[in-house]
Amino acid sequence: MKDYLINTAASTMEALYRFFAFHWEVAKRLVRPPYYPKLIWEQMDRVGVDSLPIVVLTSFFTGFVLAFQIGYALMRFGAKLYVGGIVSVSLVRELGPVLISLVFAGRVGAGITAELGSMQVSEQIDAMRALATDPIRKLVLTRFLAAVIMLPMLVVVGDLIGILGGMLVSVMNLGLTANFYRTSVVNSLVFNDLISGFIKPLVFGAMVSIVACYFGLNARGGTKGVGDAVTRTVVVSSVLVFLLDAFITKMLFLVGM
Amino acid sequence: MIELYDIHKSFEGKPVLKGVSLKIAQGETLVILGRSGCGKSVTLKIILRLLKQDQGRIAIDGEDTTDYREEQMLPLRKKIGMLFQGAALFDSMNVKENVAYPLREHLKLSEEEIAQKVAQALSFVELSGSEQLMPSELSGGMKKRVALARAIVLEPRYMFYDEPTTGLDPLTSRKINELINKLKDEYKVGSIVVTHEIANAFMVADRFEVIKDGEILFSGTSNELKGSKLKFVQDFIKGGTIENASQ
Repeated sequence: MKDYLINTAASTMEALYRFFAFHWEVAKRLVRPPYYPKLIWEQMDRVGVDSLPIVVLTSFFTGFVLAFQIGYALMRFGAKLYVGGIVSVSLVRELGPVLISLVFAGRVGAGITAELGSMQVSEQIDAMRALATDPIRKLVLTRFLAAVIMLPMLVVVGDLIGILGGMLVSVMNLGLTANFYRTSVVNSLVFNDLISGFIKPLVFGAMVSIVACYFGLNARGGTKGVGDAVTRTVVVSSVLVFLLDAFITKMLFLVGM
Repeated sequence: MIELYDIHKSFEGKPVLKGVSLKIAQGETLVILGRSGCGKSVTLKIILRLLKQDQGRIAIDGEDTTDYREEQMLPLRKKIGMLFQGAALFDSMNVKENVAYPLREHLKLSEEEIAQKVAQALSFVELSGSEQLMPSELSGGMKKRVALARAIVLEPRYMFYDEPTTGLDPLTSRKINELINKLKDEYKVGSIVVTHEIANAFMVADRFEVIKDGEILFSGTSNELKGSKLKFVQDFIKGGTIENASQ
């Protein structure tokens, strides 16, 4: 039992070391060229533009359901006037960044791991290195930058769509006017809400892309190994979204945001 | 010249290479023979630093690369082309883009110049006109030839072949062997061929190194290999492949 615990602790520490060493390798390449702008642009299209449909759907129904649930709860206290403010602040500060990042991890993260994992097990990564190119710069950095740029934009779009979904419910079911809803949204949101809602997807985008690339490039054992790597990416990314969300929320409250 | 001195490598505590030393000069073809899993491919990857040896020294054209980091190896890798066992073509790119890949990465050429060099490389491997095909549309032999075109397009001084004919029919294998010899004869490329197929090995080899249990068991020419009294060597020559050789 003691040996098992020691071995497990040792292998966990080694895995964490390799994971953070990978972060360092990516960070080193951030500060000097080349950057492959054409590839970054292509990745922005794949991870950002192609994710719009699912982000729009997720966000719309999140705002829709949120308005329903909050509206009917507030109606008991005669306070349905506050639906617009609560929906918008909840979406912008929390639900938008977290839910859209979870969707991003499932769609984009899994896709990155599957692609890089397939390349790894078929020796394409070794071929790239043998052809004197740096796969971390060409494959990882491009995806990292694309995710960091596009996820905040997706969250902004998602927040707006979610707020629209809430407006639909407020007007059709809660007896509020569109103008009133819009005014309550604008009056409720403050600059700190926007900052909070922007910092989180920046961090989540960086995390999801690094996790996805790490597990992809370390896939072993053929197609089963690639499948295992994809599962690990989705699970680890999802858990880290919640952990980082709690940490960032706490930090922002400490600094008065 | 590429030189390896006393190379040791283990995976998860299991030793694969136990003190392998060898040299390869330009203009000669060295064949490394051995059973599956004996460390032949690992030797090639250690020279290219795709894997790191546990112990031992490596020199490429007089430059000691033993402790080189990845970024220090990048310029040296342009001197060495490698044909991987499964071809390792980039499956998101067509034939032209695969062969053009090293040109785009390392040379500032116009599109016309790239197209010309790609056409020359494909002509060398007798696959002219295949530029628009995707890797999924190619046969095994065609994939190997496209991978060879990609490996030679930067005109390397050395070529590594990892099981170049494994899984191919005899006619296609012969074609690959002819291309290996053509590269040596026309461009004085120094080659290391890793294989367990003795018949194909004899068609390309100037020298042999036989690896058994992680160590060099035999080192010599084709005639010396045929005349060797070592049972292991005699068994696999008679058996046709090294897999049939006795322990």
